[in-house]
Amino acid sequence: MSKEKKVREPMFHIAKRSAIEPWKAWIIRLISIAAALIVCALIIVVLTKENPVQVYASMFKGSFGSPRKIWILLQNIAILLCISLAVTPAFKMKFWNLGAEGQVLIGGLASMTCMFYLGDKMPNFILLLLMFAVSILSGVIWGLIPAYFKSKWNTNESLFTLMMNYIAMQLVSFFIMLWVPNGSNVMGLVNSTTQSGWIPDLFGKKYLFNILLVAVLTAVMYVYLKYSKHGYEISVVGESENTARYVGINVKKVIIRTMALSGAICGLAGFLLVSGTNHTISKNLVNGNGFTAIMVSWLAKFNPVVMIVTSFLIVFLQRGAGEIATTFRLNESVADILTGVIIFFIIGCEFFINYQIKRTSKHKEEK
Amino acid sequence: MLATIASFINAAIIQGIPLLFGSVGEIITEKSGNLNLGIPGIMYMGGISGIIGGYLYEHYTEEPKAFLCVLISFLASLLGSALMSLIYSFLTVTLRANQNVTGLALTTFGVGVGNFFGGSLLSFFGESGSISLINTGLAYKTKLPFAGSLGLFGSTFLSFGFLAYLAVIIAIVVSFVLNKTRTGLNLRAVGENPATADAAGINVTKYKYVSTIVGGMIAGLGGLYFVMDYTAGAWTNDGFGDRGWLAIAIVIFALWRPKSAILSSFLFGGLYIICVYIPGLSSAAKELIKMLPYVVTIIVLVIASVRNKKENQPPQSLGLTYFREER
Amino acid sequence: MSKPAIELKNISKTFGSTVANKNVNLTVERGEILSLLGENGSGKTTLMNMISGIYFPDEGQIFIDGEEVVIRSPKDAFDHKIGMIHQHFKLVDIFTAAENIVLGLKEEGRYNIKKVSARVAEISSKYGFEIDPDKKIYEMSVSEKQTVEIIKVLYRGANLLILDEPTAVLTPQETQKLFAVLRKMKEDGKSIIIITHKLHEVLAISDKVSVLRKGEYIGTVNTKDTNESELTEMMVGKKMSLNIDRTEPVDPVDRIIVKNLDCINREGVKTLDNVSFTARSGEILGIAGIAGSGQKELLEAIAGLQHVESGEIYYNNPKTGNTDNLRDKTPLQIRDLGVRLSFVPEDRLGMGLVGNMDIIDNMMLRSYRKGKSMFLERKAPKDLAENIIEQLEVVTPGPTTPVRRLSGGNVQKVLVGREIAASPTVLMAAYPVRGLDINSSYAIYNLLNEQKKKGVAVIFVGEDLDVLIELCDRIMVIGSGKVTGIVDGRTADKSEIGLLMTKTDGGVVNE
Repeated sequence: MSKEKKVREPMFHIAKRSAIEPWKAWIIRLISIAAALIVCALIIVVLTKENPVQVYASMFKGSFGSPRKIWILLQNIAILLCISLAVTPAFKMKFWNLGAEGQVLIGGLASMTCMFYLGDKMPNFILLLLMFAVSILSGVIWGLIPAYFKSKWNTNESLFTLMMNYIAMQLVSFFIMLWVPNGSNVMGLVNSTTQSGWIPDLFGKKYLFNILLVAVLTAVMYVYLKYSKHGYEISVVGESENTARYVGINVKKVIIRTMALSGAICGLAGFLLVSGTNHTISKNLVNGNGFTAIMVSWLAKFNPVVMIVTSFLIVFLQRGAGEIATTFRLNESVADILTGVIIFFIIGCEFFINYQIKRTSKHKEEK
Repeated sequence: MLATIASFINAAIIQGIPLLFGSVGEIITEKSGNLNLGIPGIMYMGGISGIIGGYLYEHYTEEPKAFLCVLISFLASLLGSALMSLIYSFLTVTLRANQNVTGLALTTFGVGVGNFFGGSLLSFFGESGSISLINTGLAYKTKLPFAGSLGLFGSTFLSFGFLAYLAVIIAIVVSFVLNKTRTGLNLRAVGENPATADAAGINVTKYKYVSTIVGGMIAGLGGLYFVMDYTAGAWTNDGFGDRGWLAIAIVIFALWRPKSAILSSFLFGGLYIICVYIPGLSSAAKELIKMLPYVVTIIVLVIASVRNKKENQPPQSLGLTYFREER
Repeated sequence: MSKPAIELKNISKTFGSTVANKNVNLTVERGEILSLLGENGSGKTTLMNMISGIYFPDEGQIFIDGEEVVIRSPKDAFDHKIGMIHQHFKLVDIFTAAENIVLGLKEEGRYNIKKVSARVAEISSKYGFEIDPDKKIYEMSVSEKQTVEIIKVLYRGANLLILDEPTAVLTPQETQKLFAVLRKMKEDGKSIIIITHKLHEVLAISDKVSVLRKGEYIGTVNTKDTNESELTEMMVGKKMSLNIDRTEPVDPVDRIIVKNLDCINREGVKTLDNVSFTARSGEILGIAGIAGSGQKELLEAIAGLQHVESGEIYYNNPKTGNTDNLRDKTPLQIRDLGVRLSFVPEDRLGMGLVGNMDIIDNMMLRSYRKGKSMFLERKAPKDLAENIIEQLEVVTPGPTTPVRRLSGGNVQKVLVGREIAASPTVLMAAYPVRGLDINSSYAIYNLLNEQKKKGVAVIFVGEDLDVLIELCDRIMVIGSGKVTGIVDGRTADKSEIGLLMTKTDGGVVNE
C-alpha cells in the first residue's frame, strides 16, 4: 500500500448491549454517583475555598446533626417518596404525568379549604377523615382531566399536565387572596390554637404519622405493581398498546384507572403536606417536588423499594446543601445545582448500561 | 381611554418579548425532535450569565462604555445558555437519556445557578446588597431616537430596547429558515422521522445538537431581556418566575410556527398583566385571570388533537431518542 | 475492461449473538442487474444496509470502481452514488413528494421547491411515472410512495440502486412497469441490486443471481445458465421436497362463517371487500395473497381487533351448539361468549408478546384474569412456560429470560405454544414461519397439523406457495381485499394460485 488511504475509518461505534449482569449495572451506577460527588465537591470547593472533606462533613451534619434534623430529613423523604410513588404507575404505563406538582397542590388546597371553613365545627377526627377524602378526590379529578383527553383523542399528556400545574397554582393564589384579606398574600398557620385539622403527633413525634403512612404506601405500591393484576396490565400497556389490545385489555380504562390512582396519591401527599406538616398553604407548597419525584422514580427504574434510596439521596443533598449554605454563608440554591449535577451523572450512566462502545476491528491485511 | 389601551398594548409587548425568545428557541429545538423542558432553566441561565458578564465588566472598569456593557453581557448570556443546551444535547442525543427527565433536571440546575449567583455574586466580591447594573441596564433600555417624536404610536410600538426588535426579527428569520430553506426542510425531517432523515444522508446528531443549542441561545436571550431591559439590570431571585413554562405553552398555542409565536407571545404577555388594566377587580379575581394563558393553551392542545390535522401536530418523533442500529 | 461498480469482500456482521452475515463476497458490474436471493432471514437486507450506510460491517472491505471505501453513514453511500429503496419506505408523512425527494441534498443555488417539482416531473415523464410532486405523502397509496422513493434515488443520480423486495406491495401491472424502468436504467449504465425471494422475478429481470443462506455467501450464477430448481437448491441447501404430512380432515364441521365482510382503514381505503368464506374444524384453511392484500385485517376482524364496516362473522359453538355473531365484539366479549379463539399475529414482539417481559409473564397474557383475586397467580404460568420450553425445545437460559433476548424461532415457539395451550377451537396464524430457519418452520407446521388432528379449525396465512399447497386442505386466495378464489390444496398448482393472487377486478385499491 504505497498511497496513503484517504478514507478515515471510525475508531469505534456504538452497539446495543444484549444483556448486562445486574451487578455490573450497579457498579456503573455507583461509579457515576462517585464521579458526581467528586464534581460536586469541586464545585463547592471553588465556591467556598474550603476543604471538601469538611464540606461533606457539614453536609452530613445538615442531615443527621441532631434528632430534629433527622426527623426533618425523614419527613422530607416521606413527602418526596409519596409523590414519587404517585407518578410511578403512570410512568410505567408510559403516561408522562408532569402534573404531580399541581395534583399535590390541589389536594393540599382541598385540605386547606376544609380546615379553613370547617375547623372547630366538628370533631377533629371526622374533620381529618373528611380532609383525607376530599384531597384524594381532588387529586383524582386533577389527574383524570388530562387522562380523559389522552385516552379519547391522544392529546399530548406531558404538555397538558404541565399546564395543569399552573392552573392549580393560580387557584391556590386565588384562595389565599380570598382568605387573607389584608393583602399580605401570605397565609399564616391555620387553626394554630385549636390545631383543628392538624394530624396529631404520634407517640409525641410530629412527623411520625406521615412517615409511617408513606412506608406502608411504599410496600403496598411495590406489591401492587409487581403482584396485582392491575400492575400487570399497567406493564403491558406501557410496553405495547397493541399487545394490550390483542389480549383484550381495555387500554382506555387502564389509562383512566391508573391516572386516577396517580392523582389520588398526589392528593394524599397534599393532605400530608397541609395537615401533617405545614398547616398552611402557599403557591410553593410542593416546592418542585412534583418534578423531583419524576427523577426519583426514573432513577429507581420505577421500583418503589429502590425509590427509598433515590429519594434519600436527593433529600440528603438538599438538606446538606442547605447546611453548607448557612455554614459558609452561601445561597441555598446551591442544593439545586448539586441535585442537577448528580442527576445528570446518573441519567448519563444509563447509557453505559444499555449500550457498549465497540472498537472497529482493523483490516486483515493491516494486522 | 386610548392612552390606557396604548399603555396596555405596550406593556403586553414588553411582557411578551421574553416569552417570544423562549418560545421561538423552543420551537427550533422541538422541530429537531427534542422536547427541551430545560428551557425555563436555560432562560434563568441566560439572564444570570448576562448579569455576571455585565457585572464583571462594570466592576473592573472605571468608566463602563455602553456598547461594551451590552456586547459583553450579550455574549456571556449566549455562552451560558449554549453550555446548558450542550449538556442537554449531550445527555439526550449522545447518551440517549430520557428527554423529560433530563429537561427537568436542567431546569432545576439552571434555576439553581441563577438564584445562587444572583444571591451570592456580590458577596464573592465583598459587596453587599442586591445586584443592580445601572450602566448595562441603561444601555439595554436605549430607545429608538425618533420614538419620542411619533406621539402615541411611537410610545406604544417603538419605545423598546433593541432586544425587543431582535426577538421579532429572530422569529421571522427562523420562520423563513424553517419553511424556505434546505436546512429548515432537513431539520423538520429530523424531528418528524429521524430514520428517514438519516437514510436521506442528513446528519441527525448534528442537526439535533445545533438546533438545540441555537434554540437554547435564543431562549436565553429572553432571560437576558428580562434582567437587563425589563428590570433594568437588577436581579431578584425567582423574579423571572414561571415565564419559561409559559414559553413552552406558547409553542403549543402557536402550533410550532414561529410567526404565530410573535402574536401569541404578545397575547400571552397581555393575558399575564391584563388584570392590572381591568378596573374594579379584587386581588383574588386577578389571580384567576392570570390562569387564562394556561387554560387557553390547554384548549388549543385539545382542539388540535381532536381535529387531528396532520399539519398541526407536534413533530412526530418529539420526545423520542434516535438510535440508528435499533433493531 | 472496467472495474466492477461495487465489490464486497469478506463482509461480516453480528448482532449480539446472531450472525447476520459471514464472509460475504459480491460483485456487480456497470449496466448489470443482480438479484440477491435468499430465504427470509438469510441476511439479504442486513448486507444491503451495510452498503447503504445504515449498519457498519464488523469485518470486510467494500470497493467501488476498484477503490476501497468506508461507508459510515447513508450520506457516505450517496457520495458514492449508492441509493437504496427500503422495503419500509423512508418518507416523511407530512412532506410533499418533492420535499421528500430533495431531502438531505446539497444542491447548488437557492432552495426552490418549484424547481424541484419541475425536475421531478421531468424524471417522471422520462420513465413513465405518474406522480404529483406537490401531493403529501400521507395522502398517497403504497405504490405512489414507492414511486417517490425511486424518483428520490434517480434524482440524486445514483449509479447503484438497491431495491429491497420492491414487488411485495405491487400489483402485477405495477411490477411490469417497475421492471421496464429498471431495464431502462440498466441501459443507462446503472447497476441494480434487487432483493427478492420470488424466483420467477429473478429469472425475468436479472443478469446474475447471488445467493445467501443463513448469512453465508453460497455463490453467483448467470441467470441464463440457471433455472428455478438449481436456484432453489442453492437457496435452501437441498432439493425442495417439503414432505409435510397432510392427513384427511375428520368430520369437518363449519366453525367460522364469514359473510360479506367489509373493512375500511383510517385513510378511507377499503381493505376488505365483500369477503365470505367458511373455516371448518379439523381442517387447515390456507390464505394466500400478495402481502398487504387484507390478510391482517381479516384475521384482526375475526379476533375483534378491527372495526367491521358491514358483514357478519358467525361462530358455531361446539359445546353449546349455539351460533354467535362475533361482529363488533371486543376480544374480551368474544372470550366471554366461550369462543376459544387463538391468534398468532404477524407482529410477534409488537403484538403477540411483550419483549421486555420474561417467558412466564408472557404466558400470563392470555390467562392472568383467571380467578377473582386481585393478585396474579404465577404458579400455573410457570409450569406452562417450563412445559413449552421442554416440549417445543425452546433454547433459552430459563423461563425468567425476557423473550426479547430469544432468537426469532424460539420467540415464535413461545408464542405458538401459548396460543395452543389455551386448547382453542379456532387457531389463526399469520406468517408463523416468517424469519424462521427450516427446522423451526417444520416444528411449527407439525404443531399446526397436530391441532388440525385434534379438530381445531386452523387458519394459516402464508407466503410460501409450496408450503401452502403441501400443508393446507383448502387455500383461499385474496387479492386487493377480495376473495379471488378458493382451491383445494390437494389438486391446486402454484401457477393457478399465482394467477388468482394477481387478479384484481379492475383496481379497487391503489389509484
